[in-house]
Amino acid sequence: MRYSGFKVLKEALTGHKGWKPAWRDPAPKPHYDILVIGGGGHGLATAYYLAKVFGKANVAVLEKGWIGGGNVGRNTTIIRSNYLLDGNEPFYEFSMKLWEGLEQDFNFNAMVSQRGVLNLCHTDAQRDAFRRRGNAMRLNGVDAELLDTEGVRRMAPFLNFENARFPIKGGLLQPRGGTVRHDAVAWGYARGADMRGVDIIQNCEVTGFRIENGICKGVETTRGFIGAGKVGVAVAGSSGRVMAKAGMRLPIESHVLQAFVSEGLKPLLPGVITYGAGHFYVSQSDKGGLVFGGDIDGYNSYAQRGNLPVVEDVCEGGMSLMPMIGRAKLLRMWGGIMDMSMDGSPIIDRTDTERLYFNGGWCYGGFKATPASGWAFAHLLATGNPHETATAYRFDRFRKGLMIDEKGMGAQPNLH
Amino acid sequence: MIIPHPLLGPRDSQEFTYLGDASLIERPDWQAEDAVGRFHDYLYLRDNPAGAHRELWFHEQGDRSWLVVTRDTVTHEIISAELARDVARAKGRSK
Ligand SMILES: Cc1cc2nc3c(=O)[nH]c(=O)nc-3n(C[C@H](O)[C@H](O)[C@H](O)COP(=O)(O)OP(=O)(O)OC[C@H]3O[C@@H](n4cnc5c(N)ncnc54)[C@H](O)[C@@H]3O)c2cc1C
Repeated sequence: MRYSGFKVLKEALTGHKGWKPAWRDPAPKPHYDILVIGGGGHGLATAYYLAKVFGKANVAVLEKGWIGGGNVGRNTTIIRSNYLLDGNEPFYEFSMKLWEGLEQDFNFNAMVSQRGVLNLCHTDAQRDAFRRRGNAMRLNGVDAELLDTEGVRRMAPFLNFENARFPIKGGLLQPRGGTVRHDAVAWGYARGADMRGVDIIQNCEVTGFRIENGICKGVETTRGFIGAGKVGVAVAGSSGRVMAKAGMRLPIESHVLQAFVSEGLKPLLPGVITYGAGHFYVSQSDKGGLVFGGDIDGYNSYAQRGNLPVVEDVCEGGMSLMPMIGRAKLLRMWGGIMDMSMDGSPIIDRTDTERLYFNGGWCYGGFKATPASGWAFAHLLATGNPHETATAYRFDRFRKGLMIDEKGMGAQPNLH
Repeated sequence: MIIPHPLLGPRDSQEFTYLGDASLIERPDWQAEDAVGRFHDYLYLRDNPAGAHRELWFHEQGDRSWLVVTRDTVTHEIISAELARDVARAKGRSK
C-alpha cells in the first residue's frame, strides 16, 4: 500500500477502514542469507538498503523488543553534518543527503525538517575553532555560516546575550541541519524493507551465536536457532553485551543519556540551538514541546533512566541560556543507553569471526547517521568491502593510532 | 547515588570524578615482549558488563582518595567501596 494525498482523502471520506498494518509479522524461517540483529534505526535501514540497493531479499531483522523501542525512539532528533575530521565529514554529509531525499525514497512521512542547527560560541578561542570547523565543512562541500553576535541576535533575540560568564560571541550555523520525527524513521524503513521481502521479527532476542571453526553459522534466539549466511549486529547501546556472546571485547562502554520535553508552547525556536559552553541543546517539536538534553550521566550504565544531578545540570544550562523557559513545565524525561566508543567515533567493520559483522559505537550522535550507517553496513554485508565514506570506521584504528577523535579527548568515553 | 566512602562514610557521588573500569589499576609491563598488544587491550578494550562492575572513582571534592567502587550498572545500586590503595596492595603492589 502506497501512501499519498489522494489515499488520505479517500480514507477520510470512507471512515478510515482501508488502512493496513505497515509491515507483516512473520515467523522466523530456519535460514536467511543475511541476518541483521537489532531493529533500531540502523538495523532497519541496513535491511532496507540491502533489499533496495543491493538486491538482497532473503534477509531478516531480529529485534528483542519492538521496533522503534530503542534509541531510535529515544533521542532528541537532531540531524547535522557539521563535523571537522576527514574520517567523519564525508560520511555525515552522505547521511544528510540521504535524509534530504528520504521521504520520497521510502514513501513515508518522517517529518524531515531542515530548520537549521546553530552552535553558539562564547569565547574568542571557541569562535576560532568554529571558523576552522566551518572551513573544513565547506572544503567538503557542506554548508556552513559563521554568525557574529548581531547575526545570532537576529535569529534568536530571546537568548541571554549579557551572561557575564558565557557571553554569546556568535555561532556556527548549518542551515541544512535540523530535526526528524525519530520513530517515523524506524517505521518508514521497516515498511520499506518489508515491502521488499525482508522479514521483521519482533520479540526475538539473540541469546548467542553459533560459531564453528571461527565461522558464524547463525544465532540462538528466544525463538530458536536461526541459520544465516552472514550476521550483522547493530544493537546500539547493547553492543558490549551482545558481542560478548561472540567472545569479543569492544573499545566501547555503555552510558546513559537523558532527554527532556516541556509542555507544548507557541512557536518559539527557529531551529536547533546548542550552547557551546554549558552543553545544552534544544529544539521545538511540531507539537510545541521544547525537546532538550545535555551531557551523559558520566559512568557506565544499562539503566534506561538517569539520575537527578544531570537533570539539575541540564536545566541550569537551559536557564542560563534562555531564562524565559524557567516557567515552562517539564512534561517528560527519560534515558537511553548508548555505546560510548573510545574516540567518540563509530565502528562499521567485519570481526575476527568470519561472516560476523559489527556496526556500533555511535555515542550520542548516531541518529543523524541512521541512513548512511544503514547504507554503509548494507554495502559491507553485501560486497564484503567498506563503503567509500566509511573506510575509517575500522576496529584496527586503535591499534594503528588512527583514532577519529573529534573532541581530542583520548581514550576516555565519558568525555566524548 | 551515595558512595559509602571507607574512611569518610556516605558521600554524594557528585563529589567524585569517574575514571572507568577498575582494571585500569593493572597497567601492563611496558617492557614485556607483547607490550604493544597489551597496551592496546588495556587502553581501549572493555568488558562492559550489565550488572556488577568494579570501577574507579576519585574523591576530587573530598579527601582526594581513589576508590574502587563495585556498582550494579543496571540498577545503579552501589555494592561496596574500597580504597584503591588497599586493592592494589592486596594484589602485591607496594606503592
Ligand atoms: C537521549 C538521547 C538523545 C540522543 N539525541 C541524538 C540526537 O539529537 N541526534 C543524533 O544524531 N543522535 C542522538 N542520539 C543517539 C542516537 O539515538 C543513537 O546513536 C542511535 O539511535 C542508535 O542506533 P539505533 O537507532 O539503531 O539504536 P536502537 O534503536 O537502540 O536499536 C538497537 C536495537 O537492538 C535491539 N537489541 C539489543 N539487544 C538485542 C538482542 N540481543 N537481540 C535482538 N535485538 C537486540 C534493541 O532492543 C534495540 O531496538 C541520542 C541518544 C539518546 C539516548
